[in-house]
Amino acid sequence: MRYIDLHAHMVSRSTDDYVKMALTGCVAVTEPAFWAGWDRSSADGFEDYFRHLTDFEPKRAAVYGIRHFAWLCLNPKEGEDRVLAREVLRRIPRYLESPTVLGIGEIGLNRVTRNEIATFRDHVDLAIEHDQLIHIHTPHLEDKYKGTRTIVDILTEYDRIDPSRVMIDHAEEHTLPMILENGFWTGLTLYPQTKVSPERAIDMFERYGTDRICVASACDWGPSLPDAVPHFALAMRRRGHAADLIDRIIYHNPIAFLGQSPKFDVGVDSSRRNGAEKALPRSESDAKSSAGVAAA
Amino acid sequence: MPSGVIPSPKTGRELVDEYFIENRTRLLEIAAYLDRLDRTDPSLIDHDYRVRAFRDALRLLDSGDETQTRVERIQQLLSDPTTEPLEKLDVKSARGAYDRWQLGVG
Repeated sequence: MRYIDLHAHMVSRSTDDYVKMALTGCVAVTEPAFWAGWDRSSADGFEDYFRHLTDFEPKRAAVYGIRHFAWLCLNPKEGEDRVLAREVLRRIPRYLESPTVLGIGEIGLNRVTRNEIATFRDHVDLAIEHDQLIHIHTPHLEDKYKGTRTIVDILTEYDRIDPSRVMIDHAEEHTLPMILENGFWTGLTLYPQTKVSPERAIDMFERYGTDRICVASACDWGPSLPDAVPHFALAMRRRGHAADLIDRIIYHNPIAFLGQSPKFDVGVDSSRRNGAEKALPRSESDAKSSAGVAAA
Repeated sequence: MPSGVIPSPKTGRELVDEYFIENRTRLLEIAAYLDRLDRTDPSLIDHDYRVRAFRDALRLLDSGDETQTRVERIQQLLSDPTTEPLEKLDVKSARGAYDRWQLGVG
């Protein structure tokens, strides 16, 4: 089995988690910038976080043969502070040049306030200006429907957004149709409590098919599983689904979305992204990085 | 209930054979949770919107139809039905249900 975890907050996870992911077939992760569980005190704090995401974490992942990519933003939980948001957004563009940054994310909404919406729009404008992929967080629990509706309505106002370059993540049964109907990609987050179980995710694939839908762990500092994707694959097998269908969902679908960035590479020939692929080599440079991290 | 675009490889009988026990467990966990609440404070349903929403959601377990599944009905019941943005941030995190009765958690 091989898979790509499209949403994993590895800065919050231990090296044992990288081992677990590598042993279960993970070849790449993408890590959206998010809330640390507490509000950062300054734009400098965000800048340190961006350096962590673009420099240290790819090296740490490489130790385990896993490619690490990132998305940058000021997350929705801190989007209420407009002064801070403007300063952080001013600093983001130079990090977009990093070879492992795929786009802007995870932007979105938390409680759906006017300031959060303004900060969300600023991020969308930034992504358009720099021709970046967009990764979007939708709110939790009772706020999810209203937040997703608001996000979809805002995005469809833009005539310069290609919905196939936008992932609206954390979909559930009541929000998935509106996302797909408007041409966006979506993600099902395999969380133990507040999002979607493997069984419900499978139900949604059976109802809506596999086009433009990915699964991810979104593992972070809260109750979450770094090996949620292989648990999903196991649940798929238990439900009787074929190996090629599972492979399409957990490997080829992420490649189809992420591969729209020329930076995304897991060793698959771009002309053969929907077919067979080359083995993922562990490069000499990765090995050197590994030594550096291990020594630290 | 919509039939879906990827047919279930398992028959209905096979799904029951495979998953009945674990869902029986979940059913009993919910029953025990409600009994626990009753034992500690049977009036919670009158002054905690989360408990009232939970009770209302249980009634929807028998209501799936061709237009909306049980899951979708329960998610809608628990969701904020308003469309206007909040003027400013009130709390940082969601609580799992919308207080459509203005009960609070007193």
